Amino acid sequence: MQRAKYVLSEVMVGLWRNVTMTIAMIITMAVSLFMLGASGLLYLQVNSMKDFYYDQIEVAIFLNNDVTDQQRSDLDSALKSDPLVAEVIYESKEQAHEKFKTMYADAPDLVNAVKPGQLPESFRVRLKNPEQFQQINDRYKNTEGVETIVDQQRLLDKIFNILGAVQSGALGAATIMAIAALLLVGNTIQVAAYSKRREVAVMKLVGASNWFIQAPFVLEAVAAGLIGSILAIGLLVFGKVFFLDGSLRDLTELLTPLGWSDVLLMFPVMAGVGGLVSAVTAWVTLRFYLRV
Amino acid sequence: MIQLEHVTKTYPKASRPSLDEVSCGIEKGEFVFFIGPSGSGKSTIIKLLLHEITPNRGRVVVNGRDVTSMRSWKIPHFRRSIGCVFQDFRLLPNRTAYENVAFALEVIGKTKAVARRVVPEVLELVGLGGKEHRYPHELSGGEQQRVAVARAFVNRPLILLADEPTGNLDPDTSIEIMRLLDRINRTGTTVVMVTHDSNIVNQMRRRVVEIESGRIVRDQARGVYG
Repeated sequence: MQRAKYVLSEVMVGLWRNVTMTIAMIITMAVSLFMLGASGLLYLQVNSMKDFYYDQIEVAIFLNNDVTDQQRSDLDSALKSDPLVAEVIYESKEQAHEKFKTMYADAPDLVNAVKPGQLPESFRVRLKNPEQFQQINDRYKNTEGVETIVDQQRLLDKIFNILGAVQSGALGAATIMAIAALLLVGNTIQVAAYSKRREVAVMKLVGASNWFIQAPFVLEAVAAGLIGSILAIGLLVFGKVFFLDGSLRDLTELLTPLGWSDVLLMFPVMAGVGGLVSAVTAWVTLRFYLRV
Repeated sequence: MIQLEHVTKTYPKASRPSLDEVSCGIEKGEFVFFIGPSGSGKSTIIKLLLHEITPNRGRVVVNGRDVTSMRSWKIPHFRRSIGCVFQDFRLLPNRTAYENVAFALEVIGKTKAVARRVVPEVLELVGLGGKEHRYPHELSGGEQQRVAVARAFVNRPLILLADEPTGNLDPDTSIEIMRLLDRINRTGTTVVMVTHDSNIVNQMRRRVVEIESGRIVRDQARGVYG
């Protein structure tokens, strides 16, 4: 109990002794963990968006204007018996026009310009696996009566590619910042070990156990890591409130909304990574500079 | 109590061994001087006994335990049975005499209550009663060394190692420190002292082991320096 108190007070003294270094360590740690948390959120986000959109995704097979009833019903039965296809819905010219009208209800000029019958009829096909568009395309593009086949997934893939690139970028930045943070932790521990060299020498001499000698240093680094992760979660919350829910609201409504539970889920991840990485770095540094 | 068996220690890059096939036994309660010129290897013995270094060959047995093969995590506990004082005192400058001694107890897990009971007692024993709350820089060299002796002895070790404890002290103060070590020896503590202070060795008339170039050249029960 008393030893725990001693170790804790040593940690506080240690953090305060070199306060500029401690602040630098905490800030780099916070930025690095923030990047890590942001890339984690993007990862969750892209996954949930994929689930959401791929579930609704369709391949649209547009038919020629002069398609015969025979061709249409042949295609219908071919699609219905196709093992790649999960669901087929026929959309007539009238239905297409209705859909168009509701979709662009706020642009009456556009709606008036398009007459019923101008929009092509189509089969809306949901695939069992959205990735298999190419096979569907190969199989049906030359079928008589088919005008074009459009894969909505292509469009989404572009968005996902962008989000994926942003995520990789954040992860890359997190890694670089993490390296800077690790070097700072190592340096701080060296300075701490040096400024306490007399105490450490006496402790070794009178037989203090190794963990007791090392604990204050390791905990000092862990404390900095944890404070950094608290700042990082603060940054994430700030980002959500002021950007995603604030100035970027229109953009985020297009995507699936980012829930608070996901944001809060990042906290244990960041705290865990921050604390653990700091502890390991401190411990490895001590192996070299304290040789207990 | 202490047994050196054919101990050879060569430091890396050194051309000749610091200790060469040294064998020596020390009984419980003995007071032994290791003497010899600088670089003769006498301080290496202290380091070996503390397990700060390991020998290249031979065995070092302390308290019936083979130090040479001791696992590293057992060393801290082992050191609690050994007290040690040095030429440069090695006190913590920002702690008072009391705190310096109490520190040694607290870092091995003794409570503050134990320290409050034991520390004034041992400071009284070394003759520092009334100076508990002085900082090292407020004490004379001899008084600082007394604090160091108190710190080494507070845990009632079986062995007290002293590496040139009078090296920084004037002759009169040195004699006082020797009286103190003698008193500690009389409580049954084995004292091993490395020195090249001929005056002291001649006055004490205790066992003298002389080392030269890493070898024992003399081992006398009630010896003198030269």
